[in-house]
Amino acid sequence: MGWSLALSHLVDLLALRTFKSIHLMNLDSKIPEGPLPDKWENHRFSSKLVNPANKRKFNIIVVGSGLAGGSAAATLGELGYNVDCFCYQDTPRRAHSIAAQGGINGAKNYQNDGDSVHRLFYDTIKGGDFRSREANVHRLAQNSVNIIDQCVAQGVPFAREYGGLLANRSFGGAQVSRTFYARGQTGQQLLLGAYSALSRQIASGQVKMHVRQEMLDLIVIDGHAKGIITRNLATGELKVWTADAVLLCTGGYGNVYYLSTNAIGCNVTATFRAYRRGAGFANPCFTQIHPTCIPVSGDHQSKLTLMSESLRNDGRVWVPKNAEDCGKAPSEIPEDARDYYLERKYPSFGNLAPRDISSRSAKEACDEGRGVGPGGRGVYLDFGDSINRLGENTIRERYGNLFEMYERITGENAYQRPMRIYPAIHYTMGGLWVDYNLMSSIPGCFVLGEANFSDHGANRLGASALMQGLSDGYFVIPYTIGNYLTTISPGGIDPEGEAARETLESVKQRVSQMVSAKGKRSSRSYHKELGQIMWEYAGMARNEPGLKKAIGQIQDLRDDFNKNLLVTGHGEELNMELERSGRVRDFLDFGELLCRDALDRNESCGGHFREEFQTEDGEATRNDDDFAHAAVWEFKGDGETPARHEEDLKFEEVKLAVRSYK
Amino acid sequence: MKLFLKVWKQDGPENEGRFESHVLDGVSEDSSFLEMLDQLNEQLLNEGKEPIAFDHDCREGICGTCSLNINGFAHGPENSTTTCQLHMRKFEDGDTITIEPFRAKAFPVVKDLVVNRSAFDKIIQAGGFITVRTGSAPDGNALPVPKKDADLAMDAAQCIGCGACVASCKNASAMLFTSAKAGHLNMLPQGQAEKDSRVLNMVAAMDEAGFGNCRNYGECSAACPKDISLDYIAKLNRDYAKAKVKKVFS
Repeated sequence: MGWSLALSHLVDLLALRTFKSIHLMNLDSKIPEGPLPDKWENHRFSSKLVNPANKRKFNIIVVGSGLAGGSAAATLGELGYNVDCFCYQDTPRRAHSIAAQGGINGAKNYQNDGDSVHRLFYDTIKGGDFRSREANVHRLAQNSVNIIDQCVAQGVPFAREYGGLLANRSFGGAQVSRTFYARGQTGQQLLLGAYSALSRQIASGQVKMHVRQEMLDLIVIDGHAKGIITRNLATGELKVWTADAVLLCTGGYGNVYYLSTNAIGCNVTATFRAYRRGAGFANPCFTQIHPTCIPVSGDHQSKLTLMSESLRNDGRVWVPKNAEDCGKAPSEIPEDARDYYLERKYPSFGNLAPRDISSRSAKEACDEGRGVGPGGRGVYLDFGDSINRLGENTIRERYGNLFEMYERITGENAYQRPMRIYPAIHYTMGGLWVDYNLMSSIPGCFVLGEANFSDHGANRLGASALMQGLSDGYFVIPYTIGNYLTTISPGGIDPEGEAARETLESVKQRVSQMVSAKGKRSSRSYHKELGQIMWEYAGMARNEPGLKKAIGQIQDLRDDFNKNLLVTGHGEELNMELERSGRVRDFLDFGELLCRDALDRNESCGGHFREEFQTEDGEATRNDDDFAHAAVWEFKGDGETPARHEEDLKFEEVKLAVRSYK
Repeated sequence: MKLFLKVWKQDGPENEGRFESHVLDGVSEDSSFLEMLDQLNEQLLNEGKEPIAFDHDCREGICGTCSLNINGFAHGPENSTTTCQLHMRKFEDGDTITIEPFRAKAFPVVKDLVVNRSAFDKIIQAGGFITVRTGSAPDGNALPVPKKDADLAMDAAQCIGCGACVASCKNASAMLFTSAKAGHLNMLPQGQAEKDSRVLNMVAAMDEAGFGNCRNYGECSAACPKDISLDYIAKLNRDYAKAKVKKVFS
């Protein structure tokens, strides 16, 4: 009797273990105890420290050298860890963080206008439409203050007042002025700051930099991330790199739409390959469409260019009231025939309404036939009033480089006639799921910056991406990585061991499949077609039949890609067609996942707008009862439907409210 | 537009290069120069030929990845413009366009139009930073920086590290790049502690990387897509001389 009971217990236990390993993803967020403002402080105190003498025994791989990767690699190097940093560009200084224009938020309250850590926290939670973790966002707001100090000390030439103190500007989604900026090139200057700190570590030998190297897979040994496979883009060499922890700082997946404001090389491969190896992918449908981009001009277009949102400080957005006026020159349309629709619909935020709301309003105006410019897909951003009020010189000083950029691309002078703008894919809030320590569901694999899902919920506020990248890299990971490293013993990973060899072999196979398909279509043509499907059905507005249609079309496109791809040359050389093919291949799988996530999220929130869920006047309707959670996807194998898990979001500090900017 | 293109082809760093001629029809005036090259590459691919390798990434004039000598000019004929921001409306239908890589001893060709500019990283690693450990910074407003100084520092800091200055200089000198980078930090109060060692070390790294000497031709500044001024070269020379003298007497 006793024996059989024990036996049945054992069977139960075994069954449960198997069940757990197959069906349950560990989504413990590890949010620290205590009141919200104390959580980070408590966590820093209770986090495990790695003895200074032991730090040099740990090897850490950092993939990506943007704000998140660059700051993490530099800081971990300063702490004494051995760091290998990888980037696909020819130097770490070119990562796409460099293109951020407008600024970085910091709750300094230098303007004495009522800002505080709590207000930045609240604005970010609300801006994210209550789909992010309170504890993470609060930590971000706390760190924002230190980031500004750090960057100033590095020599980032922020804009200054005449008295020599730091200047601020306003940004969308906030009623205080807390954005620090360096003309229209804030991302560039912050990245160069991180790059300079990184360069100092490279010179000291603490960080080894590997440029023109693309990560093509993650090596997982006994459930822990232990290395990566890279392809040397200059020579084609595939190589195994082992480490005690891997940090993915590889940015977002906006290029799944083909046309976006991302750099051409931005891709989902690193995070998607980690997903395939067991990391949960959270909220892939949370994509951000930036309201102020230069409209598409034709089929040749390879990317869209953003005009900083800061322009909305001094520019007024309008379209003609009557569709018949759309063909006229803007100067011929009198004041009373113009519809300043953001000011009309959202009087308290006006032209500074958040990105998702501004974007959707532009789409609505164009859908009504009131769009301007080629194809009727554009709205005016008019500086006439500001130029009259402040003078052309002031506007030139504030935005000169943006006006020049606009003229180069469109051939039009925006001092004399309003800019034409239209929304474009810009940022992705979704990403690999991470806990409070920034660790993914694969132990030892950390995810920082845009690549993770944690801080922006369903919509990111302007000037918050730079803040998050640097917070993760300078001020979070240096503390939290110890919690993992103290649980393992350093080194002892065989680069020729079974797992590493198998992973390398699978990458080799993937590369050779693409080279040997010898079909008829270029990877670019597939990418373009995928982008059209995504923009049409999973863009600014989504609905159930459309998303289902998109999933089918993507599957067909992928089948065709596998059979009919054309790559010239071979794998053992610099081969840009091959590089793009690999990225497009992963986008084809990933696009389907994004649509699936959008289909299962039966609500509208932030950047995810489902047409079935809106109020009578077209505002998004959230469903907090069923969807106040992060949806986390688990890979189940090629051709299998991925499993959807949920991490419930608990709101203890803020009340879930309808996000109103009226 | 119909264009006649003469493009540099080179299989690898050790191979000899050559010009290849291509005819490209149906180019939109609104497309960028790189989008025109995309179109050429699609055409080559469809003909079963190998596309031309060229460097590019952000395509909005800020990352500094794109390069190219176009009709003899670094980043092409338009002032203050990177190749990715150069648009085809600046050319005429029927034009012949010659496209070459940036040429300098310190920038060896990797393939076709792709060159290796890692020598710039070496210069930065030698001293293009302010030594400040993460977490050790005082409050951002603890040290006022006069607006004029901050603006001048920003003018220099705008450099995108593309290498057009080197490619335009007869001597392939990197003085404009180095002076912009050193100048940015040397003009700020935060950068004073390391000012002397910074210029000495950065100039030494520049020389070691194989860049030529500056003879004040000024081509660099004319070709610079960010209009970095020659004044920074003058400042670098001044800072360098002072640092040298101080070193001799210390």
